Amino acid sequence: MELSGARILVEGLKREGVEYIFGVNGGAAMPIFDALYDETEVKLIPMRHEQGASHAADGYARATGKVGVALATSGPGATNLVTGIATAYMDSIPMVAITGQVFTHWIGSDAFQECDVIGVTRPICKHSYLIKSCDEIADVTAEAFHIARTGKPGPVIIDIAKDAQKNETLFKYPETVDIRSYKPQVHGDPTQIAKAAALIKEAKKPMLYAGGGVVLANASEELRELTLKTQIPITVTLMGLGAFPETHPLAMEMPGMHGSCCANYAFTDADLVIAIGARFDDRVTGDLDKFAPNAKKIHIDIDASCIGKNVPVDVPIVGDAKNILTELNKQVDTTDIDPWRNQIQEWKQKYPFEYEQKANKVMPQYVIEQIYEHYSDAIVIADVGQHQMWAAQYFKFTEPRQWLNSGGLGTMGFSLPAAIGAQLGCPDKTVVNINGDGSYIMTIQELVPAITMKLPLKIFIINNMYLGMVRQWQELFHDKRYSAVDYHDNPDFALLAQAFGATGLRVEHPEDVEPALLKAKGINDGPVVIDFIVAEEENVFPMVPAGEGLGDVIRGLS
Amino acid sequence: MSKEERHIFSVLVENRFGVLARVAGLFSGRGFNIDSLNVAETHDKSISHMTLVTHGDAQIIEQIYQHLNRLIDVIEVKDLTTAGTHVERELVLIKVATDDPQKRTEILQVAEVFRGRVIDMKPASLVLEITGDEGKLKAAIDIFNTYGILELSRTGKVAMMRGATK
Repeated sequence: MELSGARILVEGLKREGVEYIFGVNGGAAMPIFDALYDETEVKLIPMRHEQGASHAADGYARATGKVGVALATSGPGATNLVTGIATAYMDSIPMVAITGQVFTHWIGSDAFQECDVIGVTRPICKHSYLIKSCDEIADVTAEAFHIARTGKPGPVIIDIAKDAQKNETLFKYPETVDIRSYKPQVHGDPTQIAKAAALIKEAKKPMLYAGGGVVLANASEELRELTLKTQIPITVTLMGLGAFPETHPLAMEMPGMHGSCCANYAFTDADLVIAIGARFDDRVTGDLDKFAPNAKKIHIDIDASCIGKNVPVDVPIVGDAKNILTELNKQVDTTDIDPWRNQIQEWKQKYPFEYEQKANKVMPQYVIEQIYEHYSDAIVIADVGQHQMWAAQYFKFTEPRQWLNSGGLGTMGFSLPAAIGAQLGCPDKTVVNINGDGSYIMTIQELVPAITMKLPLKIFIINNMYLGMVRQWQELFHDKRYSAVDYHDNPDFALLAQAFGATGLRVEHPEDVEPALLKAKGINDGPVVIDFIVAEEENVFPMVPAGEGLGDVIRGLS
Repeated sequence: MSKEERHIFSVLVENRFGVLARVAGLFSGRGFNIDSLNVAETHDKSISHMTLVTHGDAQIIEQIYQHLNRLIDVIEVKDLTTAGTHVERELVLIKVATDDPQKRTEILQVAEVFRGRVIDMKPASLVLEITGDEGKLKAAIDIFNTYGILELSRTGKVAMMRGATK
């Protein structure tokens, strides 16, 4: 049977198991939106801005592990997707972004709403396709999903000329995908794994350093087994939080710039660092010359280009973390490292995350503690800034995919649309969005689809009337010259939520925090926005100043 | 920082729209250098062969290798500099001014030394084709420079492994 290109695309999405597609309609994508109009298997979720569409697709992917799909028109529609695509790329999130393109015969003529999307997105996607004929759509769709979800996942772009969407051809979807130039290495080299096991056996001060790759590889169980079997202390990065329960005695909590002193001191002292799905990011390592100077390094990663990029590695193991850890677990045993474990416990006891309660102020850290108290099972989606760090520090994550955030690109405005995607993907979970006053307003328009769909999102704004993280740096490194960070002209977010049609609450006193959170629990016919007016000039500590070594951490409270 | 080395990569890629831009973008986006790049279809029309000359320290060369491999359209990457012995050639077209007949004879004699071929001759200029490795081409260009080069175009290096390996 002959079908239009747009219909073939939709049939392909169904075969790929797509439940939701997040989009904003526009001229060059109209045939696709038309094909989705009476479609029940793939549900179209209209967003209010294309950036929201790409973040929602991303949030869906992070929460479920499945491929998220975003759809936009050509030109500005496509360029608006870009921030979301780059966000997904930096955190290796499986996504397919579909864009309409002008008619084939107009391509290259600076036609209305024409943009070279393939050119614009080249450095921020795993792969991309420009489709000029409806005959290519079925094969490309199958390839795009295969590439997005295998190996190191990432966003793939399909740019489809409008005539290719409209023209008809025979529909034949490939049963399997075989790309001769794309064969991700999934099994680790046995020799390397044996070497790693030997190093683990010899080490006196070993530590595990796990990242987002463990979550992406669905390898949390294997990581837990490794940790419990060897009894080696573990630090999990911002991207991996929940891969190992932060409540466990072996957990040293997050490392790096705003990580725990314990994890940072451990790096500085360790004789063996076992990195799993982590990429020695500058926010984790601090000054590379001072990073883990005494430690041998084992690095397990699916992406060979990540190994040795920042830090020389003694035992590189390329492959899928789940497979490699399964093999490694067979070769390791409990370690005889009591003095080291005692040292870790001492640091842990001595330097917990802590803050000072200021008289009559709602402390942002307290709000997070209370959120943890009442929503400990929720999926938490943070935005970017101080609130993100406090959430990472004070909420104790215990499950993978429980914590979603834009760690790599650090995209403000990510969280609200991502929360929509997460809630649709996990309808039985409570979804908590911890936002900042600066980041919330960047994608506030996505409150509209959340309300329309009656999604019971808990949107908690940690409002300090500043672009707080930048203000903190200005306070510490720019003589308190608060350039362009004063947000005292914020609107009243509670009233604004009401104007949108959501429940809006405002909390200004510490004693009102808990009642408000409890009240939000009972509202499930739509989003609740609570505007927590918090201590304005509170800083995130501990802090390793940019460019310093992890041992030079500023602990904050003396 | 370890010392910088020149490396020749042989890269097989899908003969497809946009592949060159992906390779070039990888270099520009990460601040790697391309000294020369040659790309053309192979005997299999679906595959193009790129010969890419670059330089950097060992860590950068390793990164280049890994990032080339990471591109979806790249079928195979070989670092010819480390993979074993290889052959490399480059072709240059040199247009030399020959306004004076005496000079023309001299130029033709020099061309002979470099086993150059004359592929165009006009009253005031001629075009020579010279093939060779980098040292030979450099020597030729240096000499012809003394006669006045009007135009020069080189292919960039093409290279492959010696022996029966693919």
